[in-house]
Amino acid sequence: MKITVEQVEHVAKLARLNVQDDEKEMFAEQLSAILQYAEKLNELDTDNVEPTTHVLPLHSVMREDNVRESLPIERVLQNAPEDEDGQFRVPAVLE
Amino acid sequence: MSTVQYETVIGLEVHVELHTKSKIFCGCSTEFGAPPNTHTCPVCLGHPGVLPVLNRQAVEYAIKAAMALNCQIADISHFDRKNYFYPDSPKAYQISQAARPIGEHGWIDIEVGGKTKRIGITRLHLEEDAGKLTHTGAFGSLVDFNRVGTPLVEIVSEPEISSPEEARAYLEKMRAIMQYCEVSDVKMEEGSLRCDANISIRPQGQKEFGIRAELKNMNSFRGVQRGLEYEEIRQAEILDEGGVVVQETRRWDEAKGQTFSMRGKEEAHDYRYFPDPDLVSVEIGADWKERIRASIPELPDARRARYSADYGLPAYDAQVITSSKPLADLFEESLKHTDDAKSVSNWIMGELLGHLNTSGLELGAVPITGQSLGELVGLIGKGTVSSKIAKTVFKEMLQSGKRPQQIVEEQGLVQISDEGAIKAIVTEVVAANPQSVEDYRAGKDKAIGFLVGQVMKQSKGKANPGLVNKLLTELLKG
Amino acid sequence: MTLFDLGLREIHNRLHAGELSVTELVKDSLQKVGERDEKVKAFLTVDEEGALASAAKLDEKLAAGEERGLLFGLPAGIKDNIVTEGLRTTCASQFLRNFDPVYDATVVKKLRAADSVTIGKLNMDEFAMGGSNENSSFYPVRNPWNPDRVPGGSSGGSAAAVAAGEVYFTLGSDTGGSIRQPASYCGVVGLKPTYGLVSRFGLVAFASSLDQIGPVTRTVEDSAYVLQAIAGHDDRDSTSANVDVPDYVSALTGDIKGLRIAVPKEYMGEGVDPQVKESVMAAIRQLESLGATWEEVSLPHTEYALAAYYLLSSSEASSNLARFDGVRYGVRADNPDNLLDLYLKSRSEGFGDEVKRRIMLGTYALSSGYYDAYYLKAQKVRTLIKQDFDRVFEKFDVIVGPTAPTTAFAIGSQTDDPLTMYLNDILTIPVSLAGVPAISIPCGFADDMPVGLQIIGKPFDEQTVLRVSHAFEQSTDHHKRRPQI
Repeated sequence: MKITVEQVEHVAKLARLNVQDDEKEMFAEQLSAILQYAEKLNELDTDNVEPTTHVLPLHSVMREDNVRESLPIERVLQNAPEDEDGQFRVPAVLE
Repeated sequence: MSTVQYETVIGLEVHVELHTKSKIFCGCSTEFGAPPNTHTCPVCLGHPGVLPVLNRQAVEYAIKAAMALNCQIADISHFDRKNYFYPDSPKAYQISQAARPIGEHGWIDIEVGGKTKRIGITRLHLEEDAGKLTHTGAFGSLVDFNRVGTPLVEIVSEPEISSPEEARAYLEKMRAIMQYCEVSDVKMEEGSLRCDANISIRPQGQKEFGIRAELKNMNSFRGVQRGLEYEEIRQAEILDEGGVVVQETRRWDEAKGQTFSMRGKEEAHDYRYFPDPDLVSVEIGADWKERIRASIPELPDARRARYSADYGLPAYDAQVITSSKPLADLFEESLKHTDDAKSVSNWIMGELLGHLNTSGLELGAVPITGQSLGELVGLIGKGTVSSKIAKTVFKEMLQSGKRPQQIVEEQGLVQISDEGAIKAIVTEVVAANPQSVEDYRAGKDKAIGFLVGQVMKQSKGKANPGLVNKLLTELLKG
Repeated sequence: MTLFDLGLREIHNRLHAGELSVTELVKDSLQKVGERDEKVKAFLTVDEEGALASAAKLDEKLAAGEERGLLFGLPAGIKDNIVTEGLRTTCASQFLRNFDPVYDATVVKKLRAADSVTIGKLNMDEFAMGGSNENSSFYPVRNPWNPDRVPGGSSGGSAAAVAAGEVYFTLGSDTGGSIRQPASYCGVVGLKPTYGLVSRFGLVAFASSLDQIGPVTRTVEDSAYVLQAIAGHDDRDSTSANVDVPDYVSALTGDIKGLRIAVPKEYMGEGVDPQVKESVMAAIRQLESLGATWEEVSLPHTEYALAAYYLLSSSEASSNLARFDGVRYGVRADNPDNLLDLYLKSRSEGFGDEVKRRIMLGTYALSSGYYDAYYLKAQKVRTLIKQDFDRVFEKFDVIVGPTAPTTAFAIGSQTDDPLTMYLNDILTIPVSLAGVPAISIPCGFADDMPVGLQIIGKPFDEQTVLRVSHAFEQSTDHHKRRPQI
């Protein structure tokens, strides 16, 4: 699988990453190499194989509906790059 | 004016917040209206290193809701991550369900124009709610994460709704069912019930669907209907002019009464769903299903049928009363204090709903109980108060919450049914209004109305109207 | 010589006898960090004040004769992807360079309950992505055996700090070999427990279905002690196994008579350095001399593990690292034009190239149209790999082989080609995919660089892994050799 510069741009946008023009080619090549390597998996017939999400045979792990204490507001905002009136500030969403 | 007849195809996506005490994946409270960000913790804020742990009650409510919507319940359900960036989504993915939802292939019946129609439900799945963004103009937005992690069910209908009116009926029925199941507050104004719609039109008889628009921001039942009506017309006009409807998301503006394209504000989504590796699957065994099924109370359709059968209520009355669980509960409670179901229904549909409509209050906000309403109807039946006086009493009940008997006694509103007492007033009135008496005797039957009015006035409305009529007639003819 | 050379029992004896105080122990550790970390660069944050305060409290406890925890007084380092309340946690990323966590990871709470003393936070490859520590966005860690060599990764700081004698033990995290491979390169003991044995709550997720926290120590016995302290069910981690934690220390009997060892031929193939192979074969013969038997076996899907691993781990990482968006914590770019710009700039300035590469790979593998071909396929291959292990464990108690194909390589020698770099993990990754426990212990030297022996066990059979490791260690001297710093 050969990844094009356009695909790098598309994927970078989806992942919210800025990729500089001079890096696009590099990422395209490196990702292509990795995916080409991954083509190896196609040697295996997995039609009748179940996927493994978890190695442990765990299921139905649930908690009871009990309220626990929330964080004090100053702790909530402790790492906020920008806050106002107890809320997190972000640039305008609607433009 | 259009020469082509179009038919409308609507599918609704309804979100219902489940009223668990704590959030779906952490222990923060789900209480509405707390100061911003005070119901948050590292888990729902998406801090590095945190992990979700599923709230059992949320799963139970979702299963219950799915059962009430006649869905098939999955034996094994799991959660997937829906990846997208937005400031109200702290992890930049929403924990939702894609491949294995809680329920599928359900249906509900709606009643429109006296006819019942079955609408298919594609799926019901469980997910977490997002936070709330407040736009503060061009300079930025503020984010409150209190709502993040409130358990939600998303209910997707089949594209089988054929009119805005049906859409509204579907949504109202959905609300009633959720309310009866007691899984949600279902308040559109608080956002615990929300609705998006897909709508397209096509020339009648055409098989293929038309190009659809997705409609958002319809924040009331009326808004849903109006938004869809607007969209129906807008799309028809485009087609009539030979145009093509654009597939896009449109925003309903309640104040302007129009929909607006959100084009440009969105990009093509690629949510990259995959099973959330932080959670394990949920096995819904037969025992658990049975236990939940047994906990489902009588649903609106069943109640409606029962009201018609047992109390002889007209279909319309039964539908209105059962459309809201508190209303239906009030109705049944009233009947413990009177046998006159039709009168109770009349009071609910007339005075009570009238008051709620004009005041904008919820039933829970007025101090009327089934007992007081039942007693009021009882007082009328016994002739203790006239229907007219009863309205005064009812108004006082709405204000003070006092029992009707107490109001009647305190205000001396007991109906006068003593023939002697009424006769004395009647005699007085006849003597004082010779002109009216003459008119009546000259054949102007209407004149008796004036005289009755005078008697009622003199008795401060308390005279038994039937007796007044009888005695007046006797006297005038005598 | 450090006080740590006394070993855990002797340290505890002296503390008990009043011949040594926790404060002395902690000061010794802080001093060693001060002297040696200039060269080793294992630490990102040293919490001198906090460590001395904890030491003083423990000394009071000691004086009062109160009950002491399992790791009483032992100076510890914690990998910087494990969150510590009030102690900067960066994941060696610029994105989190000022991040001040508001809660403690479960393992941090457990360490506190066991009375160890946190000296500071350890360097690593950014967000645990890498096998050489060259991806730390602050500075690379140096191998204590040779400062021109890498310490391995991603828990390079965890391994180097122990090898350099700066702290008594450390915690690392292992996703595809990130504890075992640096332990091998640095000549220390690194254990990756069974997936689910140690809580992940508070471990900044790289690949959630693979990540496990584990101890890095000088000896197998210490490894058993630390594991004892951190293992166990946590109701804040849905993937935490609800199993009883056995007594790991008492499992160290020294007796491995009748033990059945499997040696996978794929782990001794042509990619493996001859000197490494030789050391490992010598180790196997040593185990044989202790009463074990061994046989060559096949784990036929080994060659597919690397590809499956990179698809799965990168996919999960692309989603796990999406939360670093500059809204609630971490770096926010200056003067973004709009919301999209805020995301793009903050993330691009905050993440290094390897992190970006894996996020893009994972995003691609999950994106519409490719999910089945990559992610789902990799999950199915994972099933086949797990079945390989299941089959071997029907007949054998442990699987033994090298931890890494080579010894530590030179800094800068592999940075050009990500794929070559990934090949260093080829012997640890299948184990991670299968979720089984494995340890790396020193088994010799090649050109004066340590070689690691990997011992792999059945799920939740850490006892056997530790017992075999301990028997080997006690019958050899490799673990006694110290680097010259």
